[in-house]
Amino acid sequence: MRQLLLFLTVILVGIIFTARLFYLQIYNSSFNSIFDDNAIRKVYDYPKRGFVYDRNGKLLVANQPSYDVMVIPREIEPLDTLEFCKLLKIDKARFDSQLKKAKNYSWRLPSPFVSHLSKEDYAVLQEKMRKYTGFHIQKRSLRQYETTIGANVLGDIGEVNNRDIANDPYYKIGDLMGKQGVEKSYDSILRGRKGIKFIQKDRFNRNIGPYKDGKYDTLPQQGKDIKITIDSELQAYGEWLMQNKRGGIIALEPSSGEILAMIAAPTYNPNDLVGRKRSKNYTKLYNDSIAKPLFNRSLQGIYNPGSPFKLMNSLIALQEGVISNTEKVYCHNGYKYGNRFMGCHCGGGSRDMSLGIQKSCNAYFATAYRRILEKPANAREGIEIWSNHAKSFGLGNFLNNDLAVGQKGRIPDKAYYKRAYPERFYSTYTISNAIGQGEVVTTPIQLANMTAAIANRGYYYTPHIVKAIEGETLPDKFTTPKYTTIDKKHFEPVIEGMLKVYEKGTASSLQVKGLEICGKTGTVENFVIIDSVKTQLTDHSIFVAFAPKDNPKIALAIFVENGYFGSRFAGKIASLMIEKYVNKKITRKDLENWLLTHSLENEYAKPYSGEPFKINRETQYQVIPMEEVIGLPDNSNP
Amino acid sequence: MRQTDRHFKFDWITILLFFILAGFGWLNILSASHSGEIVDYFSFTEFYGKQLVFIILSIVLIILILSIDAKFYERFSSIIYFASLLSLIGLFIFGKNINGATSWYDLGGMTLQPSEFAKAATALAVAKYISDLQTDIKQFKHQIRIFAIIVIPAFLILLQKDAGSTLVYGAFFFVLYREGLPKIYLILGSILIVLAICALKFGVIVTMLVAAIVVFGYYFTLKKKPSFFQPIIALVIALLISFVVRYTYDSLLPFHQKDRITIWLSLEKDADKLEKMKKEAAYNLLESEKAISAGGFKGKGFMEGTRTTGKFVPEQHTDYIFTTVGEEWGFIGSFGVVLIFVLLILRILHLAELQKSQFSRVYGYAVGAILFIHFLINIGMVMGLIPTIGIPLPLFSYGGSGLWGFTILVFIFVKLDSNRINEW
Repeated sequence: MRQLLLFLTVILVGIIFTARLFYLQIYNSSFNSIFDDNAIRKVYDYPKRGFVYDRNGKLLVANQPSYDVMVIPREIEPLDTLEFCKLLKIDKARFDSQLKKAKNYSWRLPSPFVSHLSKEDYAVLQEKMRKYTGFHIQKRSLRQYETTIGANVLGDIGEVNNRDIANDPYYKIGDLMGKQGVEKSYDSILRGRKGIKFIQKDRFNRNIGPYKDGKYDTLPQQGKDIKITIDSELQAYGEWLMQNKRGGIIALEPSSGEILAMIAAPTYNPNDLVGRKRSKNYTKLYNDSIAKPLFNRSLQGIYNPGSPFKLMNSLIALQEGVISNTEKVYCHNGYKYGNRFMGCHCGGGSRDMSLGIQKSCNAYFATAYRRILEKPANAREGIEIWSNHAKSFGLGNFLNNDLAVGQKGRIPDKAYYKRAYPERFYSTYTISNAIGQGEVVTTPIQLANMTAAIANRGYYYTPHIVKAIEGETLPDKFTTPKYTTIDKKHFEPVIEGMLKVYEKGTASSLQVKGLEICGKTGTVENFVIIDSVKTQLTDHSIFVAFAPKDNPKIALAIFVENGYFGSRFAGKIASLMIEKYVNKKITRKDLENWLLTHSLENEYAKPYSGEPFKINRETQYQVIPMEEVIGLPDNSNP
Repeated sequence: MRQTDRHFKFDWITILLFFILAGFGWLNILSASHSGEIVDYFSFTEFYGKQLVFIILSIVLIILILSIDAKFYERFSSIIYFASLLSLIGLFIFGKNINGATSWYDLGGMTLQPSEFAKAATALAVAKYISDLQTDIKQFKHQIRIFAIIVIPAFLILLQKDAGSTLVYGAFFFVLYREGLPKIYLILGSILIVLAICALKFGVIVTMLVAAIVVFGYYFTLKKKPSFFQPIIALVIALLISFVVRYTYDSLLPFHQKDRITIWLSLEKDADKLEKMKKEAAYNLLESEKAISAGGFKGKGFMEGTRTTGKFVPEQHTDYIFTTVGEEWGFIGSFGVVLIFVLLILRILHLAELQKSQFSRVYGYAVGAILFIHFLINIGMVMGLIPTIGIPLPLFSYGGSGLWGFTILVFIFVKLDSNRINEW
C-alpha cells in the first residue's frame, strides 16, 4: 500500500492541473482577436472627413482642428495647479474631478482632460506644455459648419455608442459617426476608412515595434466630398420665414426629385452641436419636449393632408371614369349622406371639377369619392382600388430614400377597414377621406412628392438629398422615374383647377406677377388630449403648390401647425418661396414682413396654459415688433 | 550474453519523454526570449542560444553517465554527497548574488548553481544509507540520521535564501514513507498542514475550538481510554503550533512572502484591498494567469503569443515558462505537457518498484519524487493554485545548472535501471 501514496498523488495532481487548465483556458478563457488583445496597441489613423456642398457648390460643412488636453495619471509629476488651471480656463474643482475621472478610467492610459481647446488657447498652452509631465495635447478634427442653417438637413456627428459598435464592427469606442441628417445617411462615404497600425506593447506599456512587421496594418482612405440637392439660399429663406412657427416644408425639383429645401421649424444653429458645447446644447434640444427642435417635422411629422388630398381624389375619379371633368355637382352648402351632413365653406352652387378644386368644395369631392368606392359591387373592393391609386404616388409608405429618418404615413386599404369594420362596410363610413381628413395621414415630404407627380403629369422621382458623390454615380432608384397609375391626360383638368386656386380661388391674394402657379390650400382640424379630454386646437395651415405650370421647376408642400387657413400662413410662405426660387427676388416685401412679424407661439402655448382657450376664427394674431424679428440667416461664410 | 546487450536495456520510454520535454521546453524558451529576428540559434548572447548549447552539452553528459559502471554511483555516493555539501558551503565565500539569492558560482561568463546538483547527491546518499543492511528505518536513531542527511543540504540552501529549492527536499518524505517510515509521520505531517492553514484562514481561536471538539470527540469514542492528559497535551501542542504559525505570518515573514500567502488564502477581508494587492504584489501571478488564459483551447500558435512577445510575464523564460506554453499552445499543449510530466514521473516510479536492489529502488523513487515536487510547485504556482515560490520547471525552464542537475538525476537512474538484471 505504501507504494501507492506517491503514485496516486501524482495522478491526482495531474487531474487537478488539468481541471485548472480547463477553467483558465476554456471555461474562463480570454482568448481573443488582435483587436481585443491589450498586448497590442491599435493606433488609428483617421482620414479627413468629406466636405458637404450645396447644389450650387457652396461649401456648407468643412472640418476644423480641435485640441484636447490628455492626461496619463501615473506619469503626472507635481505641478503648479493654479497656473495650469488658468491656462486651461478651468477651476480647481474641475481639475480635481477630471483627474479623478481619469484615474478611475486608467492610471496608464490617456484620458481626455479638457476637450476642444480653441486655437488661441492651444497656441498659449503649447509653449508651456513641457512643464506638465503626464499631460499632452492631442489633435482631433471637428466639423465646421460654414452656415447657420440646415441643422436638420446636415445633421451632426458624435461619438459612437455601444449599440452603434454592436451594429457595425468598423466603429471602435471613441470614434465619431453621423448622428442625424446627411452626416448620418452618408456617414460611410463622408468618413472614409480609417487606417490602423498594430503595435506590440510590453508590460510597461511601451511600444516595442510593429506587430508582425505591419502585416495587418492598413492605410486610411480619405472621406469623399458630397454635393447635396439643397439650395442653401432657398433653405435659409424658408427657415427665416418660419421663425416663431412650427411645421415642415419640403421643396422638390419635380424633374429630378431633388430636395431643394427641407425645413423643420423650430430649428437650431448646427454649430451648437460642435465641440465643447455639444453635450450641453444637445441635452437642451433633446429635453425640449414641447417644441421638439430635433424632431424633423418635414420628414417625421404626420398630419392629415386635408384639402390638397382632394387633388388625389379628383385624379382617381377621372381615372376610374366615375366623373368627368365637365360634369356638374350641386353643393347645398354641404353634403348629405344618409342622415348625416358634412358642411362646406365654398358658398354653394353648381361646381365642375376645376371649380370644385378652386373653391375646395367638400360636397363635390364627397360625391366623387363615393362614386369611386361604389363603382365595384362592394365598397371594400372600391377602397382597395382607391388605395392602390393613392399609394402609386408614394403615399402610405416609406419613400425608400437617402434621408436618415422618415414616417410611413397611412393610406387605408381593404385590410385596414377589415380590421376597423369586420362586419359591414359602406362608402359613407369613410367619407372624411374625400377631403383628406379621417384615416388619411401623410408627411410633408410625401405630399410634396405627390405635388411633384402632379406637376410631372403622372410620374415622380424618389425625393433625395444627394446630388453628387465624388467619383460615384447615383443609384438607379434616384434617376429612374416612377409612374403613377393615373393616365397623363387626367392631370390637365386638375392642374387647371390648381391654377385657378391662384387666379381666383382660395389663394387669389398670393399671386406672383408673370408666374403661373398651381396650388391647393388645406385647413386641417386637429386635436390633442388635455387632462384626458379630447380638445380641438386651431387648424393646421397647409399648402401645396408647383410652378411654373409648364415645365415646373419647383413643387412644395408646407405645413404650418395651428396656422388656421391654408392661405393664411402656408400659402404665403409657398408664394414667397416660389418667387424666391424661380424669380430669385422678392417683390412683395409687405407679405414677407407680415409673415416675419406674425408669431404662432401664443397658439402653441394654449394647450399648456391650463385655462380654456379659443381656436380658429376666434383667435387673435400675435404680432411681434419688427425690431424683434431675427434677420435673414447670414448664409455667407461666417 | 547479458553483458553484450547491456546498452539496449536502457529504458527508452524514459529517455524519449525526457527529450520531448527538453525539446519542447527549448521551443518555448526560444519564443519567450527572442526579440526581433533570430539570426543564430547558437547565439551565446541570447537565452535560447545558450540553452541549445546546454542541451547539446547535456547529451555529452548523458553519454558520460551511461558509460560509467553502475556500481560506481553506489560506491561513491558518500563522496559525491560530501563534495556536494562542500560546494554548497563554498557559496558563503565565493557565491554570487543574483536576484537576492546567493546560489551561484561565477565561472567567468557562466554561472553554476550547486543546489541543482545537490539534489542528485542527496538522493544517492539517502539511497545508500537506507539500503545499508544495518539500517532499520523503524528505529528512531536511524530516522534521525536520515533526516540529517536530508536537512543539512536543505538548510544550507535555505541560508542562501533559495526557499524554493529547499522545499524540494520535502520530496524525500515520500521516499522514506515508501521505505517504511512509521505512519505517524504521515498523520502528524497532514495534521500540521491542516492546522497551519486553518490557523491562518480562520484564526487561532476557531481552529482550537474545532480541534478540541475533534480531539475530545475521538477520545470519548475510544473503548479503552488512555490517560486524560493525552488529549490535553495534544491540544496544547496544537495551540502552540497555531500560535507559531500565526506569529510567523504576522510578524516574522518578509512582506512579499506574507502577501503571497494573503493572496493565496484570500486572508484580506476587504475585497477592494485584495484586488489591489493582487495587482501589485501578485503582478507576476496576474500576468501569468492572463497569459495562460489568453491561449484558449488551441493557443495562439508558436511565436504568435502577444503577451509572450510583449514580455508581459516577468521571468517568463525561467520560472514562468509554462505561461508561454499556455498562451501559444493553448489547452491542448498545456494538457500535453502536464500529461508528459505525469507519465515521466509514473514511469520512473514504476521502474523504481521493479528494481531488485534497494539502492536503485530508493534512488529511483527519490528521482520521481523530486521531479514531482518541482512539477507540483512550479505549475501550481503559475496557475495560482499555491503561493508563489521560485522554482524551475524541470527541463523546461532556462538554465544550464538546472538542466544538467536533472540530466544527472534522471540518467544515473536510467543507468542503474539498465543494470537491474545484472549481478552486483
